[in-house]
Amino acid sequence: MNEKVKAIPPSGIRKFFDMVSEMKDVVSLGVGEPDFVTPWHIREGSIYALEKGHTSYTSNKGMKELREEIAKYAAETFNAPYDPNNILVTVGVSEAFDLALRALLNPNDEVIIPEPCYVSYKPLSYLCNAKPVVIGTKEEDEFELRAEDIEEAITRKTKAIVLNYPNNPTGATLSKKRMNEIANTILQNKIWLISDEIYSELTYDGSHTSFASSEEMRKRMIFLHGFSKAFAMTGFRIGYAAGPEETISLMTKIHQYSMLCAPTMGQMAAIEALRKGKEEMLKMKEEYDQRRKLIVKGLNKIGLNCFMPKGAFYAFPSIKSTGLSSEMFCEELLKKEKVATVPGNAFGRSGEGFIRCSYAASIDEINTALERIEKFINNM
Amino acid sequence: MDKRQKILDFMTRDSRISAAQIAAMLDMDESEVRRAIKGFEDDNVIVKYKAMVNPQKVENGNVTALIEIKVIPERGTGFDSVSERIAKFPEVKSLFLLSGTYDLLAIVEGRNLQEVSAFVSQKLATIERVQSTTTHFLLKKYKEDGIEFFEQDRTRRLQITP
Repeated sequence: MNEKVKAIPPSGIRKFFDMVSEMKDVVSLGVGEPDFVTPWHIREGSIYALEKGHTSYTSNKGMKELREEIAKYAAETFNAPYDPNNILVTVGVSEAFDLALRALLNPNDEVIIPEPCYVSYKPLSYLCNAKPVVIGTKEEDEFELRAEDIEEAITRKTKAIVLNYPNNPTGATLSKKRMNEIANTILQNKIWLISDEIYSELTYDGSHTSFASSEEMRKRMIFLHGFSKAFAMTGFRIGYAAGPEETISLMTKIHQYSMLCAPTMGQMAAIEALRKGKEEMLKMKEEYDQRRKLIVKGLNKIGLNCFMPKGAFYAFPSIKSTGLSSEMFCEELLKKEKVATVPGNAFGRSGEGFIRCSYAASIDEINTALERIEKFINNM
Repeated sequence: MDKRQKILDFMTRDSRISAAQIAAMLDMDESEVRRAIKGFEDDNVIVKYKAMVNPQKVENGNVTALIEIKVIPERGTGFDSVSERIAKFPEVKSLFLLSGTYDLLAIVEGRNLQEVSAFVSQKLATIERVQSTTTHFLLKKYKEDGIEFFEQDRTRRLQITP
């Protein structure tokens, strides 16, 4: 067996997943996907495509129609004009991320990864024989990355940095000021940015600014986005990457050999989502926003200090006041009160002392979870 | 959309939602929300709180009919006086004035077919300004007020995902 793969530690989430699957009456705030079913018109669009017999391969890069819609959407929504030929449709952002790393990295290159972050960034960098260099973001900065921390981490071997704002698991976003500073650092040091902006539509209190809105940045970055979160289409597995011609063509080369193309009915659904999905998407966003306020207020009232996240659908409260480690807290909470959350350290060492509570759950579930967490803390 | 409209939206979806919850979600004071709700009740904006029952789960044997009614409007009051007269019958659950090939649509409920037929032939059709009626008995309700009554697969999200 492959030694490198064997050496990758199991995901910190796995253990909780196994525990939950043995239990009944669990209220879960542990889910990293929308609780909405994909809007009916999008599902119906996909069914129609199946009825019409759209069941064959598409071109490697994805259907031209879809790439054109994506280009239009990126230009209108993120002020990020891309040529449809420099857009690659992938099996979720997960695949796009993997391709980006494989296209950019040579063995022993360093990749800067701010933590807490999505669980796949480090293992996939490692599989490219690159060296992940971790920077911890801090609660006092509301988990925004600081340009000076990047400067410090950069060496001659640094090839790229991975950013994910709005952030999973913290819900943090980047202020324009921080963003400009980070962009300058990236440009000055001539490193690459892999920007996973999957949660961008779910930005509350203001709107999302993409790194790809800067022409200079577009030459140094791979923009990753998809349909899973904002359009509630996780199971369709459609994401995309946009970037400079050479990078996208290298990524396409890997994609054509490993994946051939993204699923056709998913691509058809994605076209429908971009053409007619905005209204329903905004409705879902408004509901998330309301639940965000409900859960954050509730957590703070219970005594779990939680900053107001500005994006995604996660609250990231501190559990330091309880004296427990993140993992102990989540395990005990699950065993005693049957509320599933994810320990912050599953997303990196700097997530220790925090737990991730997804508010992609119904108002009833959020209320029940809050009641149970309060009981758990009062009985400690 | 202003906050008053949003409060109404919450309450139309679930009238049992608490003022505290609405307040948290809309960034308002609880007392402010309570005042608004009281205002709605006083001004007859919120007319009534009631439960929505799944007709497929209750076997009370009642029958419902949708009745198209053609009427002769009256000078001065138009359709209003005859409509109000029809609406007063307790058998009439809903009544709408429509554009198109007929004027009024009444939704009528009764204990059985005979009862509804008797109501139509003896009460409704004999009203002076009613020209004609067409009765459609309702066979099955699939959806009402945005609520689907048929059993749906519960979406099975995994309970923990990254």
